[in-house]
Amino acid sequence: MTGTLAIVGFGLSTIGPGTATGLIFAAYINGVARQPEARSILQPIAFLGFALAEALALFGLVLAFVLK
Amino acid sequence: MRALWSQANPGFVPPSSADFNFEPIFGNSILFTKPVLLVFLSVIIAGSFFTLSARKAAIVPSKLQFAGESIYTFIRNELGRDVIGPEFMRFVPFLFSLFIFILTNNIFGIVPLIQFPTMSHIGFPIGVTIFSYVAYHYVAIKKHGLGKYVKDICFMPGIPKPVYLILTPVELLTYLVTRPLTLSMRLFANMFAGHLLLLVFVLGGEYLLTSGLILKFLSLFSFGFAIGLSFFELGIQALQAYIFTLLTALYIAGALADEH
Repeated sequence: MTGTLAIVGFGLSTIGPGTATGLIFAAYINGVARQPEARSILQPIAFLGFALAEALALFGLVLAFVLK
Repeated sequence: MRALWSQANPGFVPPSSADFNFEPIFGNSILFTKPVLLVFLSVIIAGSFFTLSARKAAIVPSKLQFAGESIYTFIRNELGRDVIGPEFMRFVPFLFSLFIFILTNNIFGIVPLIQFPTMSHIGFPIGVTIFSYVAYHYVAIKKHGLGKYVKDICFMPGIPKPVYLILTPVELLTYLVTRPLTLSMRLFANMFAGHLLLLVFVLGGEYLLTSGLILKFLSLFSFGFAIGLSFFELGIQALQAYIFTLLTALYIAGALADEH
């Protein structure tokens, strides 16, 4: 069997950002559920955090292609 | 990876980064490839859309005017006023063009017959990032002066002295390297991954369609997934344009702030 470990490494590296994204949206949902009028304030913060966490997974994807 | 696949089923070639290279449309110049033409197309589309929507401005807006104005209002209020603060009006044109340019180029990724997000070539996000990189440094230097700006970055006030040993390099790196790097990489990688995902399902479906009878039916699922993911991609594409503009606005807001 042949292949590259980079893909496996990328799979493993998505665990962190995946967990992080889940936590961010859990906190966002919690906040909105407790205080629905805070939604417009929380939304950009939640998406910003999501983007920052998700970027790490995407760096992994790029590296998986670069280091083939 | 390719070797593994070709052993299992010799006909299927999984999509790779090679699928993102295009032949020049005419001549040998790399200036005339599909992505470059798409950039010009995006400028024409966005320009004519907003010219048309603003041409016959009326108190009771037409549908077109309403569409144009609601996008503008969204950028001005959500990204300008709420993020940058009292001086936001100066930056609204910049943020607005940034958002529209990235959005149009991203959405090309799911428009039938075009189906290629321009920003999945790293050169284009870098080009856009240079604008926001120059913008937030320029704003800060103009507001505080070069000396105070560098001092603010290197030596944040109100922190015990030994901490500067770690903080100064980290802050310098953040402002000069990490910010533009993450800004361009995020946009590029999102579009790259999205396009690759669609390619996997479309090419997979195409391959299934050319194989045995039972597999032909399975190709329906593959194409169905591709269509579903196209709508998912629409969300990602709009979100990435929003995130890019939001981060630029945040950096400009940081540059305008009196203390870091």
